[in-house]
Amino acid sequence: MAIEIKVLERPIRQTSYVRAMLKGMAITFKHLTNPHKVTWQYPEQKWDLSPRWRGTHRMLTDENGKAKCVACGLCPQICPANCIKLVPGEDEEGNRYPLVYEIDEFRCIFCGYCQEVCPEEAIHVGRHYENSEYSRAGFVYDLERLTAQTHPVCEMWDPADPRGE
Amino acid sequence: MNMYAALMLFQHAYDSQVPVHGAPWLWFSIIKILVVFTVLMVTIAYLTLAERKISAWIQDRHGPNRVGPRGLFQPLADGLKNIMKEETYPSAAYSPLFILAPVMSFIPALITFAVIPFAAPLPTPWGLVDMSIADLPVGFLYILAVASLGVYGIVLAGWSSNNKYALLGGLRSSAQMVSYEVSMGLAVVSVLLLSGNVSLSSIVSSQVATGWYFFPLLIGFFLFLVAAFAETNRLPFDLPEAESELIAGYHTEYSSMKFSMFFIAEYSNMTTASALLTTLFFGGWAVPFWTTVNTAPWHWWKTVITLVCFMLKTGFFLFLYMWIRWTLPRFRYDQLMSVGWKVMLPIALGYLVVMAGAVLALDAAGIAPTARLGGFVPTYWALLGVLNIVLAVLVFVVLDRGRLVSPASARVGPVELAELRAMALRRPAPVQGD
Repeated sequence: MAIEIKVLERPIRQTSYVRAMLKGMAITFKHLTNPHKVTWQYPEQKWDLSPRWRGTHRMLTDENGKAKCVACGLCPQICPANCIKLVPGEDEEGNRYPLVYEIDEFRCIFCGYCQEVCPEEAIHVGRHYENSEYSRAGFVYDLERLTAQTHPVCEMWDPADPRGE
Repeated sequence: MNMYAALMLFQHAYDSQVPVHGAPWLWFSIIKILVVFTVLMVTIAYLTLAERKISAWIQDRHGPNRVGPRGLFQPLADGLKNIMKEETYPSAAYSPLFILAPVMSFIPALITFAVIPFAAPLPTPWGLVDMSIADLPVGFLYILAVASLGVYGIVLAGWSSNNKYALLGGLRSSAQMVSYEVSMGLAVVSVLLLSGNVSLSSIVSSQVATGWYFFPLLIGFFLFLVAAFAETNRLPFDLPEAESELIAGYHTEYSSMKFSMFFIAEYSNMTTASALLTTLFFGGWAVPFWTTVNTAPWHWWKTVITLVCFMLKTGFFLFLYMWIRWTLPRFRYDQLMSVGWKVMLPIALGYLVVMAGAVLALDAAGIAPTARLGGFVPTYWALLGVLNIVLAVLVFVVLDRGRLVSPASARVGPVELAELRAMALRRPAPVQGD
């Protein structure tokens, strides 16, 4: 099978350099005087995040201020990055609660499975992205820090309303 | 004895309209050197900001706006950063020349400004002070001579770095500067034809008398403009740097303040070239349509107004430099050489012959350069201008039908294109066997 050669339409008439230059300079001058700039002045000006944005985690609490988590172990089970560490505990009344609950945000791939799988709607991925730290250790969020987060949480995808309307 | 009487005594000893001489001349020269150097360095610092701002605006961005109000202190931050940075010395570099090269490009770039008259003379109690550091009688020749010294810095930087890219950058810059210096010099000969003097102050004063030279020397102005871009290694002639091919060209191996020196040299070359364009073709410090301010007797307010006027004109050319830099792409090396030798040089030579003939003819016809038609339009100026417009139309129409800089693809004519199409349509039979 022969290879097909595609011959492009090339400019046959030679164009004037000076005219092309003046045209280009007119375009750049138009942009120079155009007051509309495309840059976002980031720390002052921020993008609106999508309601389904999956960012830093947040643990929701009940009315007593305690984490809703019942230490069922589903989130560390489903986590594909294996970044959730959970040690379950049980109080005198037989209620399970997390003794240790840590999420390594450095390992996390922000898939949001933990939120989807959580039966108590306790752990959530949040609409938040500014999470820089000075050390790697700072990225391991413990239970106290997860409950202290205040940013809005991700709205899960609803199959009945796929566009979120 | 009160102040006024003291002043009267001074005026008796020194006439303020006579050029200053003796010891005051020395003091004024030293003051002028210090002031001009400071102003030039501050201008250069702010040109880097202007360059970044203009590039940003052309690309619909904001540009640096964090340091100080609207980013105005950015040059200070840049300077501080460059001083604090580590100086690296490549082990393979030849250190004496490696250290000398930035200095050698930096100093000629600064001292070229010495002969440019930047305002009308300032009368002082000690006499009339020229507003140029040294009004050399060989002014323009001095600039040609010193400006070409700058190439040594670049070539030595390229060679002593012991780096392929730097060496290629240095070689290119020497070839480029040598090629364009020829047409630059020839373009200015026509200015000297009209002014009859190479001292820059008399070029300015003859422009005041006969009208600015950009119109009667339109093509010469254009040639000088292009050559000035090439001489200062600015786009579209920045082949010595050519980031896409040569990393950073001759200053690849330089860091910290030594790198800054090359930058300062580039920007001060730009400033000098803009000031020269102003002085040679746009009347220098002369204010348009205001004869009182451009002629003696001098007064301090005349100095101030003409200084502002000179700055505005120079600023316009600096803006043009930046505007063109952020519009045009770089020439290819062969295009650069062919434009330099096959287009600029023949045009400059032919133009010189035509202008010399025209000046001779006008002199023979008995038209004085200062004669004015109807008391307003200078006849000499207008006649040469009309001749230049005709020449310019001819040059651009005849030469600039793509032959000046043709795209690589445009060499394919209609015949070749038809052949290529036929070749594409003809499907060769599949090769049997093998």
